[in-house]
Amino acid sequence: MKTLAATGKYTSLVVAGLVALVPLVVIVFTALKTSQEYATSGPLDPPRSPTLANFVTAFTDAQMASAFVNTTIILVVSVIGTIVIGTMTAYALDRFRFRFKKIVVALFLLATLVPGVTTQVATFQVINSLGVYNTRLAPILLFMGTDIVSIYIFVQFMRSIPVSLDEAAALDGANHFTIYRRIIFPLLRPAIATVVIVKGIAIYNEFYIPFLYMPSRDLGVISTSLFRFRGPLGTQWEILSAGALIVIIPTLVVFLALQRHIYNGLSAGATK
Amino acid sequence: MTAVPVVAAASPRRRARLPRPGAAGRRRSRAATRGGWRITPWLFLGVPLALLITFTYVPVANMVAYSFTDWNGVSKVKEPVGLANYVEFFTRPELFRVFFVSLYYLAASVIQMALALYFATILSFSTRFKSLFKGVLFFPYLINGVAVSFVFLFFFQPGGTLDSVLGLFGAPQESLPQWLGNPDIINFSLAGTSVWRYMGLNFVLFLGAIQSIPAGIYEAAELDGATRWHQFRYIIAPSIRPIISLSFILAVSGSLAVFEIPFIMTDGANGSTTFVIQTVKLAFENNKVGLASAMAVVLLLIILLLTWLQRLLVPEEEVDLA
Repeated sequence: MKTLAATGKYTSLVVAGLVALVPLVVIVFTALKTSQEYATSGPLDPPRSPTLANFVTAFTDAQMASAFVNTTIILVVSVIGTIVIGTMTAYALDRFRFRFKKIVVALFLLATLVPGVTTQVATFQVINSLGVYNTRLAPILLFMGTDIVSIYIFVQFMRSIPVSLDEAAALDGANHFTIYRRIIFPLLRPAIATVVIVKGIAIYNEFYIPFLYMPSRDLGVISTSLFRFRGPLGTQWEILSAGALIVIIPTLVVFLALQRHIYNGLSAGATK
Repeated sequence: MTAVPVVAAASPRRRARLPRPGAAGRRRSRAATRGGWRITPWLFLGVPLALLITFTYVPVANMVAYSFTDWNGVSKVKEPVGLANYVEFFTRPELFRVFFVSLYYLAASVIQMALALYFATILSFSTRFKSLFKGVLFFPYLINGVAVSFVFLFFFQPGGTLDSVLGLFGAPQESLPQWLGNPDIINFSLAGTSVWRYMGLNFVLFLGAIQSIPAGIYEAAELDGATRWHQFRYIIAPSIRPIISLSFILAVSGSLAVFEIPFIMTDGANGSTTFVIQTVKLAFENNKVGLASAMAVVLLLIILLLTWLQRLLVPEEEVDLA
Protein backbone atom coordinates (compact mmCIF):
# COMPACT_ATOMS: atom_id res chain seq x y z
CA MET A 1 0.00 0.00 0.00
CA LYS A 2 2.70 2.39 1.02
CA THR A 3 4.88 1.69 -2.02
CA LEU A 4 1.82 2.01 -4.25
CA ALA A 5 1.12 5.46 -2.84
CA ALA A 6 4.76 6.44 -3.23
CA THR A 7 4.79 5.23 -6.84
CA GLY A 8 1.69 7.24 -7.60
CA LYS A 9 3.15 10.29 -5.96
CA TYR A 10 6.47 10.17 -7.84
CA THR A 11 4.77 9.28 -11.12
CA SER A 12 2.51 12.31 -10.84
CA LEU A 13 5.46 14.53 -9.97
CA VAL A 14 7.51 13.28 -12.91
CA VAL A 15 4.58 13.69 -15.30
CA ALA A 16 3.94 17.24 -14.05
CA GLY A 17 7.65 17.99 -14.33
CA LEU A 18 7.65 16.78 -17.92
CA VAL A 19 4.58 18.85 -18.75
CA ALA A 20 6.33 21.90 -17.33
CA LEU A 21 9.66 21.23 -19.04
CA VAL A 22 8.99 19.57 -22.41
CA PRO A 23 7.59 22.70 -24.12
CA LEU A 24 10.69 24.61 -23.00
CA VAL A 25 13.22 21.90 -23.82
CA VAL A 26 11.78 21.62 -27.32
CA ILE A 27 12.33 25.35 -27.78
CA VAL A 28 15.95 24.91 -26.67
CA PHE A 29 16.39 22.08 -29.22
CA THR A 30 14.84 24.18 -31.98
CA ALA A 31 16.95 27.24 -31.19
CA LEU A 32 20.14 25.16 -31.53
CA LYS A 33 19.31 23.79 -34.99
CA THR A 34 20.28 25.23 -38.36
CA SER A 35 17.38 26.08 -40.65
CA GLN A 36 18.04 22.98 -42.78
CA GLU A 37 18.09 20.74 -39.76
CA TYR A 38 14.93 22.39 -38.43
CA ALA A 39 13.19 21.69 -41.72
CA THR A 40 14.21 18.04 -41.79
CA SER A 41 13.87 16.97 -38.15
CA GLY A 42 10.97 16.59 -35.75
CA PRO A 43 10.51 18.96 -32.79
CA LEU A 44 11.49 16.29 -30.27
CA ASP A 45 14.76 15.34 -31.99
CA PRO A 46 17.77 16.84 -30.23
CA PRO A 47 20.04 18.95 -32.47
CA ARG A 48 22.80 16.92 -34.15
CA SER A 49 25.36 19.70 -34.37
CA PRO A 50 24.23 22.50 -32.04
CA THR A 51 24.83 26.04 -33.29
CA LEU A 52 24.50 29.38 -31.53
CA ALA A 53 24.02 31.27 -34.82
CA ASN A 54 20.27 31.71 -34.24
CA PHE A 55 20.94 33.48 -30.95
CA VAL A 56 23.24 35.97 -32.68
CA THR A 57 20.67 36.57 -35.44
CA ALA A 58 17.82 36.98 -32.97
CA PHE A 59 19.82 39.25 -30.69
CA THR A 60 20.79 41.66 -33.48
CA ASP A 61 17.62 41.51 -35.59
CA ALA A 62 15.24 41.93 -32.68
CA GLN A 63 17.37 44.85 -31.37
CA MET A 64 17.69 43.02 -28.08
CA ALA A 65 20.61 45.15 -26.93
CA SER A 66 18.55 48.33 -26.94
CA ALA A 67 15.59 46.39 -25.56
CA PHE A 68 17.60 45.31 -22.52
CA VAL A 69 18.83 48.89 -22.03
CA ASN A 70 15.28 50.26 -22.18
CA THR A 71 13.94 47.57 -19.86
CA THR A 72 16.75 48.20 -17.40
CA ILE A 73 16.23 51.98 -17.35
CA ILE A 74 12.48 51.63 -16.86
CA LEU A 75 12.92 48.87 -14.30
CA VAL A 76 15.49 50.69 -12.16
CA VAL A 77 13.71 54.04 -12.15
CA SER A 78 10.28 52.51 -11.51
CA VAL A 79 11.51 50.24 -8.72
CA ILE A 80 13.32 53.08 -6.95
CA GLY A 81 10.26 55.27 -7.38
CA THR A 82 7.97 52.55 -6.06
CA ILE A 83 10.14 52.09 -2.99
CA VAL A 84 10.28 55.80 -2.17
CA ILE A 85 6.56 56.27 -2.76
CA GLY A 86 5.56 53.05 -1.03
CA THR A 87 7.66 53.64 2.09
CA MET A 88 6.51 57.26 2.39
CA THR A 89 2.87 56.25 2.08
CA ALA A 90 3.28 53.41 4.54
CA TYR A 91 5.05 55.72 7.02
CA ALA A 92 2.29 58.32 6.81
CA LEU A 93 -0.49 55.73 7.12
CA ASP A 94 1.05 53.68 9.90
CA ARG A 95 2.64 56.35 12.10
CA PHE A 96 0.24 59.28 11.96
CA ARG A 97 -3.33 59.95 12.87
CA PHE A 98 -4.84 62.66 10.79
CA ARG A 99 -8.08 63.90 9.41
CA PHE A 100 -9.47 62.04 6.38
CA LYS A 101 -7.10 59.16 7.05
CA LYS A 102 -9.91 56.64 6.61
CA ILE A 103 -10.73 58.15 3.22
CA VAL A 104 -7.09 58.02 2.12
CA VAL A 105 -6.79 54.38 3.18
CA ALA A 106 -10.02 53.56 1.37
CA LEU A 107 -8.72 55.27 -1.78
CA PHE A 108 -5.60 53.11 -1.77
CA LEU A 109 -7.54 49.92 -0.99
CA LEU A 110 -10.22 50.48 -3.59
CA ALA A 111 -7.55 51.05 -6.21
CA THR A 112 -6.31 47.44 -5.81
CA LEU A 113 -9.62 46.27 -7.21
CA VAL A 114 -9.44 48.28 -10.42
CA PRO A 115 -8.07 45.90 -13.06
CA GLY A 116 -5.26 47.77 -14.77
CA VAL A 117 -5.73 46.54 -18.32
CA THR A 118 -9.32 47.72 -18.63
CA THR A 119 -8.81 51.26 -17.48
CA GLN A 120 -6.16 51.71 -20.18
CA VAL A 121 -9.06 52.89 -22.34
CA ALA A 122 -9.11 56.06 -20.25
CA THR A 123 -5.56 56.05 -18.88
CA PHE A 124 -4.38 56.50 -22.45
CA GLN A 125 -5.99 59.96 -22.55
CA VAL A 126 -4.31 60.92 -19.27
CA ILE A 127 -0.87 59.85 -20.52
CA ASN A 128 -1.50 61.69 -23.76
CA SER A 129 -2.52 64.92 -22.10
CA LEU A 130 0.56 64.80 -19.84
CA GLY A 131 2.63 64.77 -23.03
CA VAL A 132 4.56 61.62 -22.07
CA TYR A 133 3.09 59.35 -24.76
CA ASN A 134 5.85 57.45 -26.57
CA THR A 135 8.46 58.24 -23.93
CA ARG A 136 9.98 56.03 -21.24
CA LEU A 137 8.27 58.23 -18.69
CA ALA A 138 4.84 56.78 -19.58
CA PRO A 139 5.48 53.24 -18.28
CA ILE A 140 7.60 54.59 -15.43
CA LEU A 141 4.77 56.78 -14.18
CA LEU A 142 2.25 53.98 -14.56
CA PHE A 143 4.44 51.43 -12.76
CA MET A 144 5.06 53.87 -9.92
CA GLY A 145 1.58 55.29 -9.69
CA THR A 146 -0.48 52.17 -9.49
CA ASP A 147 1.40 49.83 -7.22
CA ILE A 148 -0.73 49.38 -4.16
CA VAL A 149 0.60 45.93 -3.33
CA SER A 150 4.03 47.35 -2.46
CA ILE A 151 2.44 49.88 -0.14
CA TYR A 152 0.62 47.05 1.54
CA ILE A 153 3.83 45.05 1.99
CA PHE A 154 5.52 48.08 3.53
CA VAL A 155 2.63 48.80 5.92
CA GLN A 156 2.60 45.17 7.06
CA PHE A 157 6.29 45.24 7.72
CA MET A 158 6.30 48.67 9.37
CA ARG A 159 3.88 47.44 12.02
CA SER A 160 6.64 45.16 13.28
CA ILE A 161 8.98 48.13 13.81
CA PRO A 162 8.35 49.35 17.37
CA VAL A 163 7.02 52.89 17.67
CA SER A 164 9.33 53.35 20.65
CA LEU A 165 12.22 53.66 18.19
CA ASP A 166 10.53 56.65 16.56
CA GLU A 167 9.83 58.12 19.97
CA ALA A 168 13.39 57.73 21.15
CA ALA A 169 14.63 59.45 18.02
CA ALA A 170 12.07 62.23 18.43
CA LEU A 171 13.31 62.81 21.98
CA ASP A 172 16.81 63.15 20.55
CA GLY A 173 15.48 65.94 18.38
CA ALA A 174 14.91 64.06 15.13
CA ASN A 175 12.11 65.41 12.99
CA HIS A 176 9.68 63.20 11.08
CA PHE A 177 11.66 63.24 7.91
CA THR A 178 14.83 62.23 9.74
CA ILE A 179 12.93 59.45 11.50
CA TYR A 180 11.65 58.19 8.16
CA ARG A 181 15.03 58.53 6.48
CA ARG A 182 17.34 57.26 9.25
CA ILE A 183 15.23 54.81 11.22
CA ILE A 184 12.25 53.50 9.32
CA PHE A 185 13.74 53.27 5.84
CA PRO A 186 16.84 51.22 6.84
CA LEU A 187 14.75 48.87 8.98
CA LEU A 188 12.43 48.22 6.07
CA ARG A 189 15.26 46.59 4.12
CA PRO A 190 13.72 43.07 4.03
CA ALA A 191 10.42 44.49 2.77
CA ILE A 192 12.32 46.55 0.20
CA ALA A 193 14.07 43.39 -1.01
CA THR A 194 10.67 41.74 -1.41
CA VAL A 195 9.30 44.66 -3.39
CA VAL A 196 12.40 44.82 -5.60
CA ILE A 197 11.96 41.15 -6.50
CA VAL A 198 8.20 41.13 -7.02
CA LYS A 199 8.13 44.45 -8.85
CA GLY A 200 11.27 43.69 -10.84
CA ILE A 201 9.81 40.45 -12.21
CA ALA A 202 6.50 42.15 -12.99
CA ILE A 203 8.15 45.01 -14.90
CA TYR A 204 10.54 42.73 -16.78
CA ASN A 205 7.55 40.70 -17.94
CA GLU A 206 5.10 43.53 -18.55
CA PHE A 207 3.86 43.58 -22.10
CA TYR A 208 0.79 45.71 -22.60
CA ILE A 209 1.85 49.01 -21.02
CA PRO A 210 5.01 49.38 -23.12
CA PHE A 211 3.13 48.00 -26.14
CA LEU A 212 0.43 50.64 -25.85
CA TYR A 213 2.43 53.65 -24.71
CA MET A 214 5.76 53.22 -26.52
CA PRO A 215 5.03 52.25 -30.13
CA SER A 216 8.37 53.67 -31.30
CA ARG A 217 10.81 50.88 -32.22
CA ASP A 218 13.72 52.61 -30.51
CA LEU A 219 11.81 52.39 -27.26
CA GLY A 220 11.18 48.66 -27.47
CA VAL A 221 11.51 46.77 -24.20
CA ILE A 222 12.22 43.05 -24.19
CA SER A 223 8.51 42.08 -24.33
CA THR A 224 7.61 44.39 -27.18
CA SER A 225 10.82 43.76 -29.14
CA LEU A 226 10.20 40.03 -28.98
CA PHE A 227 6.54 40.54 -29.92
CA ARG A 228 7.38 42.67 -32.97
CA PHE A 229 10.09 40.21 -33.96
CA ARG A 230 7.45 37.63 -34.81
CA GLY A 231 5.87 39.65 -37.60
CA PRO A 232 8.59 39.54 -40.28
CA LEU A 233 9.78 36.05 -39.38
CA GLY A 234 6.48 34.24 -39.40
CA THR A 235 7.53 30.63 -39.24
CA GLN A 236 11.32 30.75 -38.83
CA TRP A 237 10.99 28.93 -35.57
CA GLU A 238 14.69 28.28 -35.02
CA ILE A 239 15.25 32.07 -34.78
CA LEU A 240 12.04 32.85 -32.91
CA SER A 241 12.91 30.14 -30.36
CA ALA A 242 16.32 31.70 -29.85
CA GLY A 243 14.63 35.07 -29.32
CA ALA A 244 12.29 33.61 -26.70
CA LEU A 245 15.24 31.98 -24.93
CA ILE A 246 17.19 35.26 -24.86
CA VAL A 247 14.29 36.63 -22.83
CA ILE A 248 13.86 33.51 -20.64
CA ILE A 249 17.52 32.93 -19.71
CA PRO A 250 17.94 36.05 -17.51
CA THR A 251 14.77 35.03 -15.65
CA LEU A 252 16.19 31.54 -15.11
CA VAL A 253 19.47 32.94 -13.78
CA VAL A 254 17.67 35.28 -11.38
CA PHE A 255 15.37 32.47 -10.29
CA LEU A 256 18.24 30.09 -9.55
CA ALA A 257 20.08 32.79 -7.61
CA LEU A 258 17.15 34.11 -5.59
CA GLN A 259 14.76 31.14 -5.31
CA ARG A 260 13.98 31.45 -1.63
CA HIS A 261 13.46 35.21 -1.80
CA ILE A 262 11.17 34.86 -4.79
CA TYR A 263 8.95 32.29 -3.07
CA ASN A 264 8.72 34.40 0.07
CA GLY A 265 8.20 37.61 -1.85
CA LEU A 266 5.30 36.19 -3.84
CA SER A 267 3.66 34.83 -0.73
CA ALA A 268 3.91 38.28 0.84
CA GLY A 269 2.65 40.06 -2.25
CA ALA A 270 -0.04 37.81 -3.59
CA THR A 271 -2.34 37.77 -0.61
CA LYS A 272 -2.63 41.57 -0.89
CA MET B 1 10.46 67.63 0.87
CA THR B 2 12.93 70.10 2.34
CA ALA B 3 10.01 71.84 4.00
CA VAL B 4 9.24 68.91 6.24
CA PRO B 5 11.80 69.39 9.01
CA VAL B 6 10.85 73.02 9.69
CA VAL B 7 7.26 72.24 10.53
CA ALA B 8 7.83 68.89 12.08
CA ALA B 9 10.93 69.68 14.11
CA ALA B 10 9.30 70.53 17.40
CA SER B 11 6.30 68.28 17.15
CA PRO B 12 6.32 65.34 19.54
CA ARG B 13 5.06 61.95 18.40
CA ARG B 14 1.36 61.65 17.99
CA ARG B 15 1.05 59.08 20.71
CA ALA B 16 2.89 61.26 23.23
CA ARG B 17 -0.19 63.24 24.17
CA LEU B 18 0.50 63.79 27.83
CA PRO B 19 0.75 67.45 28.75
CA ARG B 20 4.34 68.50 29.17
CA PRO B 21 5.60 70.44 32.14
CA GLY B 22 6.45 74.12 31.66
CA ALA B 23 3.69 76.43 30.53
CA ALA B 24 5.65 78.34 27.90
CA GLY B 25 7.12 75.25 26.43
CA ARG B 26 3.72 73.62 26.38
CA ARG B 27 2.08 76.43 24.52
CA ARG B 28 4.78 76.48 21.89
CA SER B 29 4.95 72.77 21.44
CA ARG B 30 1.17 72.49 21.21
CA ALA B 31 0.98 75.03 18.46
CA ALA B 32 3.77 73.26 16.65
CA THR B 33 2.09 69.94 17.29
CA ARG B 34 -1.11 71.03 15.68
CA GLY B 35 0.71 72.38 12.65
CA GLY B 36 2.91 69.31 12.50
CA TRP B 37 0.02 66.94 12.90
CA ARG B 38 -1.96 68.48 10.19
CA ILE B 39 0.72 68.92 7.60
CA THR B 40 3.39 66.28 8.14
CA PRO B 41 1.47 63.20 6.95
CA TRP B 42 0.28 65.11 3.90
CA LEU B 43 3.87 65.98 2.99
CA PHE B 44 4.60 62.26 2.87
CA LEU B 45 1.36 61.48 1.08
CA GLY B 46 1.38 64.29 -1.47
CA VAL B 47 3.22 62.60 -4.32
CA PRO B 48 1.72 59.12 -3.77
CA LEU B 49 -1.81 60.53 -3.66
CA ALA B 50 -1.22 62.66 -6.75
CA LEU B 51 -0.05 59.57 -8.66
CA LEU B 52 -2.90 57.46 -7.32
CA ILE B 53 -5.51 59.99 -8.34
CA THR B 54 -3.95 60.76 -11.72
CA PHE B 55 -3.47 57.17 -12.81
CA THR B 56 -6.35 55.37 -11.11
CA TYR B 57 -9.21 57.67 -10.18
CA VAL B 58 -9.06 60.15 -13.04
CA PRO B 59 -9.11 57.29 -15.59
CA VAL B 60 -11.96 55.53 -13.80
CA ALA B 61 -13.98 58.76 -13.62
CA ASN B 62 -13.27 59.54 -17.27
CA MET B 63 -14.12 56.00 -18.25
CA VAL B 64 -17.54 56.27 -16.62
CA ALA B 65 -18.08 59.62 -18.33
CA TYR B 66 -17.00 58.31 -21.75
CA SER B 67 -19.31 55.33 -21.41
CA PHE B 68 -22.35 57.59 -21.76
CA THR B 69 -21.03 59.20 -24.97
CA ASP B 70 -20.29 58.17 -28.53
CA TRP B 71 -16.69 59.46 -28.34
CA ASN B 72 -14.23 57.99 -30.83
CA GLY B 73 -11.11 58.88 -28.86
CA VAL B 74 -9.93 61.63 -31.21
CA SER B 75 -12.61 64.15 -32.05
CA LYS B 76 -13.37 67.20 -29.92
CA VAL B 77 -17.08 66.47 -29.63
CA LYS B 78 -18.56 63.84 -27.39
CA GLU B 79 -22.27 63.43 -27.99
CA PRO B 80 -24.13 62.08 -24.95
CA VAL B 81 -25.95 58.89 -25.87
CA GLY B 82 -27.37 57.86 -22.52
CA LEU B 83 -27.29 54.12 -21.91
CA ALA B 84 -26.97 53.21 -25.59
CA ASN B 85 -23.44 51.76 -25.18
CA TYR B 86 -24.53 49.51 -22.33
CA VAL B 87 -27.57 48.37 -24.29
CA GLU B 88 -25.37 47.65 -27.31
CA PHE B 89 -22.96 45.55 -25.25
CA PHE B 90 -25.66 43.42 -23.69
CA THR B 91 -27.67 42.95 -26.88
CA ARG B 92 -25.00 42.33 -29.54
CA PRO B 93 -24.26 38.61 -29.27
CA GLU B 94 -20.76 38.94 -30.77
CA LEU B 95 -19.86 41.33 -27.94
CA PHE B 96 -21.67 39.52 -25.18
CA ARG B 97 -20.06 36.18 -26.08
CA VAL B 98 -16.83 37.27 -24.37
CA PHE B 99 -18.50 36.11 -21.17
CA PHE B 100 -18.69 32.58 -22.57
CA VAL B 101 -15.00 32.67 -23.45
CA SER B 102 -14.18 33.51 -19.86
CA LEU B 103 -16.00 30.35 -18.75
CA TYR B 104 -13.20 28.28 -20.33
CA TYR B 105 -10.66 30.15 -18.25
CA LEU B 106 -12.82 29.85 -15.15
CA ALA B 107 -13.02 26.07 -15.59
CA ALA B 108 -9.29 26.01 -16.25
CA SER B 109 -8.55 27.90 -13.06
CA VAL B 110 -10.59 25.42 -11.03
CA ILE B 111 -8.46 22.61 -12.51
CA GLN B 112 -5.38 24.72 -11.91
CA MET B 113 -6.18 25.16 -8.23
CA ALA B 114 -6.97 21.47 -7.78
CA LEU B 115 -3.60 20.56 -9.33
CA ALA B 116 -1.83 23.19 -7.25
CA LEU B 117 -3.45 21.89 -4.08
CA TYR B 118 -2.54 18.29 -4.93
CA PHE B 119 1.11 19.07 -5.62
CA ALA B 120 1.39 21.42 -2.64
CA THR B 121 0.04 18.65 -0.40
CA ILE B 122 2.29 15.86 -1.64
CA LEU B 123 5.35 18.10 -1.61
CA SER B 124 4.64 19.19 1.94
CA PHE B 125 5.42 15.62 3.05
CA SER B 126 9.00 14.45 2.83
CA THR B 127 9.88 13.89 -0.81
CA ARG B 128 13.07 13.22 -2.74
CA PHE B 129 14.23 16.08 -4.96
CA LYS B 130 11.62 18.26 -3.28
CA SER B 131 13.13 21.62 -4.16
CA LEU B 132 13.85 20.46 -7.70
CA PHE B 133 10.20 19.54 -8.26
CA LYS B 134 9.09 22.74 -6.57
CA GLY B 135 11.32 24.82 -8.82
CA VAL B 136 10.28 23.01 -12.01
CA LEU B 137 6.57 23.36 -11.27
CA PHE B 138 6.92 27.00 -10.30
CA PHE B 139 9.32 28.34 -12.93
CA PRO B 140 6.77 28.75 -15.79
CA TYR B 141 5.06 31.45 -13.73
CA LEU B 142 8.15 33.66 -13.96
CA ILE B 143 8.51 33.50 -17.73
CA ASN B 144 7.76 36.55 -19.83
CA GLY B 145 4.27 36.35 -21.37
CA VAL B 146 5.51 36.96 -24.91
CA ALA B 147 8.05 34.14 -24.54
CA VAL B 148 5.32 31.85 -23.13
CA SER B 149 3.18 32.69 -26.14
CA PHE B 150 6.02 31.81 -28.53
CA VAL B 151 6.64 28.54 -26.71
CA PHE B 152 3.00 27.58 -27.02
CA LEU B 153 2.55 28.77 -30.59
CA PHE B 154 5.26 26.26 -31.41
CA PHE B 155 3.72 23.72 -29.05
CA PHE B 156 0.31 23.84 -30.75
CA GLN B 157 1.32 24.35 -34.37
CA PRO B 158 0.66 21.50 -36.81
CA GLY B 159 3.55 19.06 -36.48
CA GLY B 160 4.69 20.94 -33.37
CA THR B 161 5.51 19.75 -29.88
CA LEU B 162 2.05 18.49 -28.94
CA ASP B 163 1.49 16.62 -32.20
CA SER B 164 4.92 14.99 -31.93
CA VAL B 165 4.35 13.91 -28.34
CA LEU B 166 0.97 12.46 -29.26
CA GLY B 167 2.72 10.75 -32.19
CA LEU B 168 5.02 9.01 -29.70
CA PHE B 169 1.91 7.46 -28.19
CA GLY B 170 0.78 6.32 -31.61
CA ALA B 171 -1.74 9.04 -32.52
CA PRO B 172 -1.98 9.28 -36.33
CA GLN B 173 -0.85 12.79 -37.30
CA GLU B 174 -3.55 13.43 -39.89
CA SER B 175 -6.36 12.85 -37.43
CA LEU B 176 -5.05 15.46 -34.98
CA PRO B 177 -7.04 18.70 -34.84
CA GLN B 178 -5.79 22.23 -35.48
CA TRP B 179 -5.25 23.20 -31.87
CA LEU B 180 -5.33 26.93 -32.57
CA GLY B 181 -7.17 26.89 -35.89
CA ASN B 182 -10.38 25.18 -34.82
CA PRO B 183 -12.82 27.56 -33.06
CA ASP B 184 -14.21 24.64 -31.03
CA ILE B 185 -10.80 23.79 -29.61
CA ILE B 186 -8.86 27.03 -29.50
CA ASN B 187 -10.16 28.15 -26.11
CA PHE B 188 -9.24 24.81 -24.56
CA SER B 189 -5.71 25.21 -25.93
CA LEU B 190 -5.37 28.78 -24.69
CA ALA B 191 -6.90 28.04 -21.29
CA GLY B 192 -4.52 25.08 -21.02
CA THR B 193 -1.62 27.43 -21.69
CA SER B 194 -2.91 29.62 -18.92
CA VAL B 195 -2.94 26.65 -16.51
CA TRP B 196 0.66 25.85 -17.50
CA ARG B 197 1.67 29.44 -16.83
CA TYR B 198 -0.14 30.18 -13.57
CA MET B 199 -0.40 26.85 -11.73
CA GLY B 200 3.02 27.41 -10.16
CA LEU B 201 1.91 30.54 -8.37
CA ASN B 202 -1.10 28.87 -6.73
CA PHE B 203 1.08 25.90 -5.90
CA VAL B 204 3.75 27.97 -4.14
CA LEU B 205 1.14 29.97 -2.22
CA PHE B 206 -0.65 26.81 -1.07
CA LEU B 207 2.64 25.14 -0.20
CA GLY B 208 3.67 28.16 1.88
CA ALA B 209 0.36 28.03 3.75
CA ILE B 210 0.67 24.30 4.39
CA GLN B 211 4.24 24.60 5.59
CA SER B 212 3.27 27.23 8.11
CA ILE B 213 1.34 24.51 9.99
CA PRO B 214 3.51 23.39 12.93
CA ALA B 215 5.04 19.94 12.30
CA GLY B 216 4.05 18.78 15.79
CA ILE B 217 0.42 18.60 14.77
CA TYR B 218 1.14 15.97 12.11
CA GLU B 219 3.24 13.97 14.55
CA ALA B 220 0.45 14.03 17.11
CA ALA B 221 -2.07 13.00 14.46
CA GLU B 222 0.17 10.18 13.28
CA LEU B 223 0.48 8.88 16.84
CA ASP B 224 -3.30 8.87 16.96
CA GLY B 225 -3.34 6.75 13.82
CA ALA B 226 -4.39 9.41 11.29
CA THR B 227 -3.76 8.49 7.65
CA ARG B 228 -2.44 10.86 5.05
CA TRP B 229 -6.01 11.49 3.90
CA HIS B 230 -7.10 12.27 7.45
CA GLN B 231 -4.18 14.65 7.79
CA PHE B 232 -5.23 16.41 4.61
CA ARG B 233 -8.90 16.46 5.51
CA TYR B 234 -8.63 17.57 9.13
CA ILE B 235 -5.35 19.47 9.37
CA ILE B 236 -4.30 20.85 6.00
CA ALA B 237 -7.65 21.70 4.42
CA PRO B 238 -9.02 23.81 7.29
CA SER B 239 -5.83 25.78 7.76
CA ILE B 240 -5.46 26.79 4.13
CA ARG B 241 -9.11 27.56 3.50
CA PRO B 242 -8.56 31.34 3.59
CA ILE B 243 -5.88 31.28 0.89
CA ILE B 244 -7.98 28.92 -1.23
CA SER B 245 -11.06 31.10 -1.07
CA LEU B 246 -8.97 34.16 -1.83
CA SER B 247 -7.39 32.37 -4.79
CA PHE B 248 -10.79 31.33 -6.00
CA ILE B 249 -12.14 34.89 -6.04
CA LEU B 250 -8.97 36.05 -7.76
CA ALA B 251 -9.48 33.24 -10.29
CA VAL B 252 -13.00 34.40 -11.09
CA SER B 253 -12.00 38.01 -11.64
CA GLY B 254 -8.81 36.80 -13.35
CA SER B 255 -10.78 34.72 -15.84
CA LEU B 256 -12.73 37.81 -16.84
CA ALA B 257 -9.53 39.85 -17.18
CA VAL B 258 -7.62 37.32 -19.33
CA PHE B 259 -5.63 39.20 -21.90
CA GLU B 260 -1.98 38.55 -22.61
CA ILE B 261 -1.85 34.94 -23.82
CA PRO B 262 -4.76 35.07 -26.30
CA PHE B 263 -3.83 38.58 -27.45
CA ILE B 264 -0.23 37.65 -28.27
CA MET B 265 -0.88 34.12 -29.52
CA THR B 266 -3.96 34.54 -31.66
CA ASP B 267 -4.90 38.23 -31.46
CA GLY B 268 -8.39 37.11 -30.50
CA ALA B 269 -8.92 35.19 -33.75
CA ASN B 270 -11.09 32.07 -34.17
CA GLY B 271 -13.41 32.97 -31.33
CA SER B 272 -10.70 33.44 -28.72
CA THR B 273 -11.55 37.08 -28.04
CA THR B 274 -11.76 37.73 -24.32
CA PHE B 275 -13.47 40.55 -22.50
CA VAL B 276 -10.34 42.68 -22.24
CA ILE B 277 -9.20 42.00 -25.82
CA GLN B 278 -12.63 43.09 -27.05
CA THR B 279 -12.44 46.24 -24.93
CA VAL B 280 -9.00 47.37 -26.08
CA LYS B 281 -9.76 46.49 -29.70
CA LEU B 282 -12.91 48.58 -29.66
CA ALA B 283 -11.05 51.46 -28.07
CA PHE B 284 -7.77 51.47 -29.98
CA GLU B 285 -8.58 49.81 -33.31
CA ASN B 286 -12.23 50.64 -33.96
CA ASN B 287 -12.20 54.05 -32.26
CA LYS B 288 -15.23 53.18 -30.19
CA VAL B 289 -14.05 54.58 -26.90
CA GLY B 290 -17.60 55.09 -25.67
CA LEU B 291 -18.60 51.46 -26.13
CA ALA B 292 -15.23 50.19 -24.85
CA SER B 293 -15.61 52.32 -21.73
CA ALA B 294 -19.06 50.90 -21.10
CA MET B 295 -17.60 47.38 -21.27
CA ALA B 296 -14.77 48.34 -18.94
CA VAL B 297 -17.27 49.80 -16.47
CA VAL B 298 -19.28 46.57 -16.55
CA LEU B 299 -16.12 44.56 -15.86
CA LEU B 300 -15.15 46.87 -13.02
CA LEU B 301 -18.60 46.54 -11.45
CA ILE B 302 -18.48 42.74 -11.68
CA ILE B 303 -15.07 42.66 -10.02
CA LEU B 304 -16.18 45.02 -7.26
CA LEU B 305 -19.22 42.83 -6.68
CA LEU B 306 -17.09 39.67 -6.50
CA THR B 307 -14.71 41.28 -4.03
CA TRP B 308 -17.60 42.42 -1.89
CA LEU B 309 -18.96 38.85 -1.94
CA GLN B 310 -15.56 37.56 -0.92
CA ARG B 311 -15.39 39.92 2.07
CA LEU B 312 -18.87 38.78 2.98
CA LEU B 313 -18.09 35.07 2.74
CA VAL B 314 -14.60 35.07 4.20
CA PRO B 315 -14.52 37.73 6.88
CA GLU B 316 -11.31 36.38 8.45
CA GLU B 317 -9.44 37.30 5.31
CA GLU B 318 -9.60 40.90 6.43
CA VAL B 319 -7.56 43.23 4.30
CA ASP B 320 -6.88 46.46 6.08
CA LEU B 321 -4.11 48.86 5.38
CA ALA B 322 -3.86 50.80 8.58
